[in-house]
Parts: sequence; structure tokens; C-alpha cells
Amino acid sequence: MDSATLYVLAAAVLFGLGLDGLIVCEHLMRKLFALNIMGSAIFILLVATSAPINDKPDPVPQALVLTGIVVAVSATAFGLALIVRLCRESGKATLSVDDEPENDD
Amino acid sequence: MMTAALFWTPFLAVSVSALAGLAIFIAGEERARLRIGLNLTAAVLKLVLVSLIGILVLQGYEPEFRFSLVPGLDLVLRADALSLLFASLSAVLWLVTTVYAIAYLERSPNRARFFGFFSLCVTATMGISMAGNLLTFFIFYELLTLTTWPLVVHTGTAAAVRSGAKYLRYTLTGGAFFLIGLIWLYGITGPQGFSPGGTLTAYAGEYRNSLQIIFFLLAAGLGVKAALFPLHGWLPAAMVAPAPVSALLHAVAVVKAGAFGLIRLVEDVYGSSLLTELSLDVPLMSIAAFTILYGSFQALRQIDLKKRLAFSTVSQVSYIILGIAIGGPIATIGGLVHLVHQGVMKIILFFCAGIFANLLGAKRIDQLDGIGRRMPWTSTCFTIGALGMVGLPPIAGFISKWYLGAGAVADSHEWIIAVLVLSTLLNASYFLPVLKRIWLHAPPDEWPAEVVVGKMEIGGLVGPAIVAAALALSMGVLAGHPLSPLSWVRDIVGAYSP
Amino acid sequence: MTTEALALIVFLPLLAAVGSLVLPRPALGVMIRIGLLPLPILLLVPTVEVVRNGGYRVMMAGYDAPLGISWQLDPLSLLMLWLNVGMTIFVSLHASFSFPADHPKADRFWPLWLMLFSAMNALLLSADLFNIYVTLELVTLTAIGLIAIEGKSLALRAAMRYLLLALLGSLLYLLGVGLMYGQTGVLDLYLMAEYLSTGWLAPTAIAIMLVGLLIKAAIFPLHAWLPAAHGNAPGPVSAILSAMVVKVSIYLIWRIWFWTLADWELEHAARLLGILGALAILYGSLAALVQQRLKMVIAYSTVAQLGYLLLVIPLANSLAFQAGSYHLLSHGLAKAAMFLAAANILRSVGTDRLSRLAGVDQRLPLDVFALALGGVSIMGLPPSGGFLAKWLFLQAAWQAQAWEFVLLIATGGLLAAAYLFRVLAVVCLHPRHRRHLPPPNRVPDLASIAALLLAVAAILAGFTSAPVLNLVQSGLPPGLLP
Repeated sequence: MDSATLYVLAAAVLFGLGLDGLIVCEHLMRKLFALNIMGSAIFILLVATSAPINDKPDPVPQALVLTGIVVAVSATAFGLALIVRLCRESGKATLSVDDEPENDD
Repeated sequence: MMTAALFWTPFLAVSVSALAGLAIFIAGEERARLRIGLNLTAAVLKLVLVSLIGILVLQGYEPEFRFSLVPGLDLVLRADALSLLFASLSAVLWLVTTVYAIAYLERSPNRARFFGFFSLCVTATMGISMAGNLLTFFIFYELLTLTTWPLVVHTGTAAAVRSGAKYLRYTLTGGAFFLIGLIWLYGITGPQGFSPGGTLTAYAGEYRNSLQIIFFLLAAGLGVKAALFPLHGWLPAAMVAPAPVSALLHAVAVVKAGAFGLIRLVEDVYGSSLLTELSLDVPLMSIAAFTILYGSFQALRQIDLKKRLAFSTVSQVSYIILGIAIGGPIATIGGLVHLVHQGVMKIILFFCAGIFANLLGAKRIDQLDGIGRRMPWTSTCFTIGALGMVGLPPIAGFISKWYLGAGAVADSHEWIIAVLVLSTLLNASYFLPVLKRIWLHAPPDEWPAEVVVGKMEIGGLVGPAIVAAALALSMGVLAGHPLSPLSWVRDIVGAYSP
Repeated sequence: MTTEALALIVFLPLLAAVGSLVLPRPALGVMIRIGLLPLPILLLVPTVEVVRNGGYRVMMAGYDAPLGISWQLDPLSLLMLWLNVGMTIFVSLHASFSFPADHPKADRFWPLWLMLFSAMNALLLSADLFNIYVTLELVTLTAIGLIAIEGKSLALRAAMRYLLLALLGSLLYLLGVGLMYGQTGVLDLYLMAEYLSTGWLAPTAIAIMLVGLLIKAAIFPLHAWLPAAHGNAPGPVSAILSAMVVKVSIYLIWRIWFWTLADWELEHAARLLGILGALAILYGSLAALVQQRLKMVIAYSTVAQLGYLLLVIPLANSLAFQAGSYHLLSHGLAKAAMFLAAANILRSVGTDRLSRLAGVDQRLPLDVFALALGGVSIMGLPPSGGFLAKWLFLQAAWQAQAWEFVLLIATGGLLAAAYLFRVLAVVCLHPRHRRHLPPPNRVPDLASIAALLLAVAAILAGFTSAPVLNLVQSGLPPGLLP
């Protein structure tokens, strides 16, 4: 098994784990972490594509990953802020309650 | 100068009432005088414009307004003799109905909304009459649906809203059928204008089946508004609307739009000889004949006056369709002239029914006992309208029936005569008992819901009915005059079969 | 000159956003004006360029691809830019009443609003798949911030759900981009077509990307986040979300499908997308029919209307492309008008529950009129922009001999009429329980007029289609030459 395959396999496993967490976990924090894990999987994959072909690693994927990490960090921060706010508002950190309270008259 | 006039007059004739409608919306509920002013000015202006176009057409010009909607697809407003027939009918009746409606709705709420949409509704009718191709026709046809809906639900009661929903279900579904047919037709032929005698003969060989299905789709879309059986269900339901709406909807705007569309479809798109060739004439004739009888039977069973009139409309409008379906020149004359005659006669009846209901609360037929002594003028008008519907000479209705019968014989469809005779008997048996109650029965001690109103208001209600009755009489008596609807229609039909 | 104008179109709103965030409140009004008002004038420069030369390409900061980021302007992106600029300005007029400078949230709303505007412009210009990822993320995050801005529980939950699904969508998109880059070594949307080789990798990558975009575009069955998000956001935000933000994802799907994949035979995939579009139309309309709140009706209507934009893919002819572009325009105008009108009604009555809206046309005639006019266009009844779009769609379906789509489009129009007239009927009902209506909150006239102007524009679009359609015609995708 060469290193590229290893990277790809690792990425696939991480992605799967993340997707599972996103769907199965109820707690919003866990969902957000799950998304982060999926993000890491994709970054690993991108790094794998920068493997040196003619002794020279391709700089572009690394630049992409760096940018991607920045985006992911800010999105996570935003998500955390939203969770905190939601928690203060409703006392819960889940979305399981119905979206539409029936307060008809 | 002349070219500009020929270009802009059809557009102005259509848009004048749209502008009036918008102005009425902007003026708002409170400014009643301004609203009345706008209403009447626009109605008179429209009559003037239509007369102007009439003069132009009589001199052999063809006023045409053209505007590109999508590259290659035009909105065309063109005035020919047939458009003028319908346009002048609606212009005259709009003026009359406006006067009536102002008096009728004197004290009711939401008048700005009512008159605004009332004006827009006439815009749509005018657009239908001047439409130069099927796409333009369709645009105004759907606009008519949209603008009449607020009038149907005007009172805001749950029943009105239910009827409005029924109205929309029928008309919008019909519109969808029409649209599919139209796309199909344009797919085969490309965009085409109306032209007497039809434009599709060249395609009949290759696309025979397609053309038959397209005709079915288009006729179904038009048949809804023309209240052809079994697409008529919305019409009796729409009777919840105020009387001026019933008058306008039934006499002119909606049902006539459908009938007029069928005339255009048969005469100016397919052409009656192609219709026969595609063996579509007999089905159309049969449906029309069945609707005539069905409507009359249903009318016989109604005890509500407006409902009886509504079913009478279902029956009467099919005379028009019967006339064009038979296809020979004489029958076509009968059908086309009935477009005008039925409009005028039916508007009298609805005006009168509205007066009975509004001033005395008499809505059912058994409440009309002796009303002729209480309201002699209105009752006389009602009688003229009813007898005209039955086909008594010299009132206008007689002429239509005469031509229809003669045309049927000329084209050797003798069974039509039986239909006409039977329907006349039925007409008589649902109108004459009403007349008997009105004139011969003793009036009750107290009317169901009598209201006291001013002289102006009574004048505004009865005046229009008298004018319409006078029109119906003179159209019959003066049928030979060169400007009568009959002579006009003879010229139109002359162009179909040179 | 064109390069500078394009840069300003992106960076002026961005600068204004930063300015409105850091400068004291009195400067807010100036910042908003600087960020919005010069844009139509600036946009004239690239418009002239596109009309003269058909398009424009620029490498930002002078680096070549793949390190540099390329922007490409063609008729489609120009149309979208005009739509975005025009719509944002009108909706901002309304927003200036919802979030005036003395509103407690104004100092958060306007920076986000301007940032969203800037990010959308950047996204529409970008020709670089990774840059598109960044701008798409920026659009999503600012949009979610705007949804949650009032801090109401319903909106917060909707925003949270949107965030999770949108992040998933972006990640899938990014994964697809990564795989494509691995195979081709380029990120340029237009150049990539040359390097894509056959085999399973490219189709997989594209499928993953498309699924990510379909989530963001809220296409059935991935629409679950949209109704709550659009239905509970503040009025101007709902308007711009429905009118523009979901559309840019569709725009990207078109871009990838018709440009990057121009040479591919994708009949089955196209059919699948067509089926999704059809289901979206039917499901969205039926769901709109049973909603109890006005804004939810409008939001589900968006779910349905987005379906039409997917029909362009299976129909795949130039008429369909024109139809889709025109639908995008007229739906945007109409939907923005309806959401703004609904916001005014909500503000005046205090609720947008349909059962409480009887007789509201007496109180807010302009808004009800805007709602009705917008509705006419959504139903595709003439005369309106929606009708012309429907007409072109029907013609396209006829040309492609796709009878099922002819039927679908006709049915879709009828269903739209059903759910919209249900609303209008309620509004026209006589208010028997007028005492139930709380005393009116004043709605500024200009806020109503903003809604009405957009609605009138949607109707007028039914008369003057030639400039737009000719523009679209001049920039058809490579595979769709007429």
C-alpha cells in the first residue's frame, strides 16, 4: 500500500465517521464537531493530491487547505456562537423540538 | 398622422379603462365624486374611441397596434369588423352598467376596489375583442379571469369566497388547457394572426390528428367561460356577486369572451370548411344543442330568479356556438348576431332582477307576485327582455332564432329545428310563469325587505334598464337599418365566404 | 477600466461593510449609501463591455492560474449581477425601515447585509472553483447571521439547521473540487473541461459537487432547511434569500453542467435532475397549500419555483435556457415583492397567521396589491414576467418533445394559483371579528412602495423581455447554440 492510498483511505474513514456523527448525534455541539471531522477528511484528501510528481510538491492544494482551514475555523466559531445563543434561548442544545409551535389563538 | 392614429387607437381603446381603473384605486375609497367622474369619463371616452375605430374600419382601414413580447412573438391589437361588433357591445353596455352600478352600490363598502376591478375587467374585454392573434387573446382572456375574481368575491362572505374558488378552478383549468393547445398549435405553425376563413388548411393533411386534439384543447379552454356543458358549473355559483357584476359577467364579459373566442377559433383560425373536413363540426354542434336544452331544463327547476337567469344564460350562449358550428353563412349570421342580442336582453333581465332584490328584497320567483303594479317601469323592461329571450317578434331575440333555423335547414341539419322549437317552448315555460306572477298575481301586503331610496338612485337603477330595453326593441324593429347589428354581421359573414 | 469597475463592484460593498462595523453609528447611513448606490453606475461599464465584446476575463492581482484567481464575466453573470444589484437596492430601501440607524440591531444587520451583497457579486464573477467555495461559504454564513439577527427562538433554530446542512453542502462541494483538481490540475471552471478525462473519478467528483450544491439550492428532497429559514427571517432577509441567495447555487449548477460538462453525454443524470425538479414543483406547491402562515406559504412557493430552474437541464435547448434565465429574473422580483409585502403585513397585524388576516386589504391596500401582483407572476398568468418564462418553458418542452414537462408546467401553474388564491381569498374575506385585529402598527409608506415597485417590475417584465432575452441569447452555453 503506497502512501497516497493510505491518505485516501484515512480520508474516507474520517468522512464516513463525520457523516455518521452528523446524522446520528442529537447534540448540536457533536454535530458541529462531526462536520469538522468531515472537513479534516477533505483536507487530508487535498493534501494527498499535492503529492510530489516530479520531486516538486504542488503548492496549490496546500494553499487551498490553508484557506479551507481558515474558513472552517470561522464557520465553527459562528456555529458555536449560534449554539450558545440557542441554548440560552431555549435551554436545549438540540433541534429535536418541533420547529413550529402551534400557538393558534 | 393617419398611421399614428391607426397604430394607437386600438391601444388607447383598450388602455383607457385600465388607466381609469388605476386612477380609481389611487383615488381611494373616500373620494366618491372623483370616482364617479372617472368612471363616467372613461366609459364615455371609450365609447368615443370605439366609434372612431368604427369609422376608420368602415372606411376600409385596419387599425393595428403591435408590440413585441418575446422576440418573434407579438402582442397584436387589431380592429376588424368582428372586433368592433364585440367592442361596441361592451363599450355601450359598460356605460349603461356603470351608471347602474354607481346607483346599486351607493351605500356598500369597498367601492374603490369594486370599480377599480370593474374597469380592469372592461380593459380585458376590450383586449379580447381587439386581439389580433391567439396569444394576445389568451393574455386578455386570463386577465379577465383575474379581474373578475375580486368582483365575484366582492361581498366577502364565506359563500362568495367558495363561489370564487369554484370560479377559479373552472376558469384557470380551462386556461391551462388553452395554453397547452396554443403551445402545440404554435409549435406546428409558428405564430399566426387571425384571418377570415382560417389559416390552417395547409396543415390539415399532415397534422390531422394533432389539429383535432388542439381544437379540443382550445375549445375546452373557451368552453369553460362560454359555459358549455359540462363546463358550466361555475356560472350559477357566481350568482353570489352583486347584480351589476352578474349583469356584466353574464351579458358581456365572461361568457361572451368564451363565445367570442370560439367564433375566432372557428372562423379565423380553423375556418368552418376545415372544421367540417376534420369532422369537428358535428360534435361541437351536438354539445351546443345539448347545452341549449340542458340549460333550459335546469332553468325551469330554479326558484331563485338570478339562478334561473344564470341557467338561461348557459342555454342562450350556446345559440351562438350552435350558429358557428353549423357553419353555413345564414346560421353564422344567426350565431354572431345573437352575441349582441343576447347580451342586451340578458343585461336588462339582470338589471331588473337586481332592482327587485335591492329595493324590495324579492329574490325568489314566488316573491315577485304583483310586482308589476309596484314597479311598472322595471317590470315592463323585464317583460321585454323575457319575451325577447323566448323569441317573440319584433324583439331582437326573434331575429337570431330565425337565422339559426333557416341556416340549419340550408345546411340540411334538420334536427336543429327540433332543438330550436323545444328550446323555445322551454324558454316560454320558464319565463311566462314569471311574467304571469309579475302582472297578474296580487301583490303581498308587505315586501320582504323594502328600502327607501332617493330619486337619483332610482333613476340610476331604472334608467339603464330602460335604455337597454329600448336598444333590444330597436335592434329588432330596425334590423334592416345599415348600422344595425344584423347588417353589420351580414358584412362580417360576407368576408368568410366570398 | 472594466477591471477596476468589477473590482469596485465587489470591494466597495465590502469596504462599506467594514466601515459600518467599525465607524460610529452616525456614519452608518453614509456607509450604506456608499456600499449600494454607486453600484448600478459601476455596472454600466462591464455592461458596455459585454454588449460590445460578449464577455470579459481578468486575472486578479496579476497572478496566472492556478495560483491567481480569475474572474470571468459573460451575459449570464452580467444578468445575475444586475439582478443582485437592483434587487438589493430595492430591498435595502425596505430594510432601512426595518433596521433604521437607531434600531438596536442596526450595527450588526448592515455590515452583514453589505457583506452578503459583496460576497454574492464576487461569487457571480468568479471563474475559479475554489474561490467560488470561499465566496459561497461567505454568502451562506452571512445569510445565516441575518436570519438569526433578531434572536428569536424560531429563527435561531432555523438558522442552526440551515448552518448544519449548508456546511455539509459546502464540504461536499469542496470534496468534489478537490477530486477534480487532483485529476486535472486546474481549478478554472471554464478551462477544466479540457482536462477532464473519462473514467469513474470525474463523474463521482461532479456528482458529489452537485449534491453539495443541490443542498444549498434547497432542491427537493434536500429542501428541508429552506421553509423555516425563509419563513422566520426578517422580511428583507427573506426577500433576498429567496430572490437571490438560493439562485446563485442554481446558477453554479448551470455553470458546471453547461460549461464545464459541455462535452459530456449525461442523459440519465439530466433526467434524474429533471425528476428532482418536477418533484420539487409538485411537493413545494402542495406543501404551500396547507401552510397556516403567510410567510411559510411564500417560502414553500420558493421550494416549488426552484424546481423550474432545474428543468433547464433535461430540456437542454436554447429556449429552455432563456426560459430559465427569465424565470430566475421574474421569480426573483415577484418573490422579493411578496416577502416584503408579507413583512409589512406581519408588522402591521402582529402575526402572519392566515386565520387572522381577514380584511387586511382595507388596512394595507398597497401591500395586498403587491402580494397579488407578485402572485400573478408566480402563477405564470399573463401579463407578467412569470407568464413569459412559463411560455418559453412550454415552448422549450414542446421543442424537446417532452410532453410530461408540458403537463408538469401547466399543473405547476394551477397549483401555484391554488395556494396563492387561497391567501388572497382569506385577505378579501369580510372581517367578522374585527376586534381580534390588534391596533395597527404603522407601516411606513415607502416600505409598502418598495414592495409594490418590485411587484410592478415583475408585471412589467411581461412586456419588455427583448433586452434580457437577447442578452441571454448572446451568451448561450457552448453546447446549446440555437
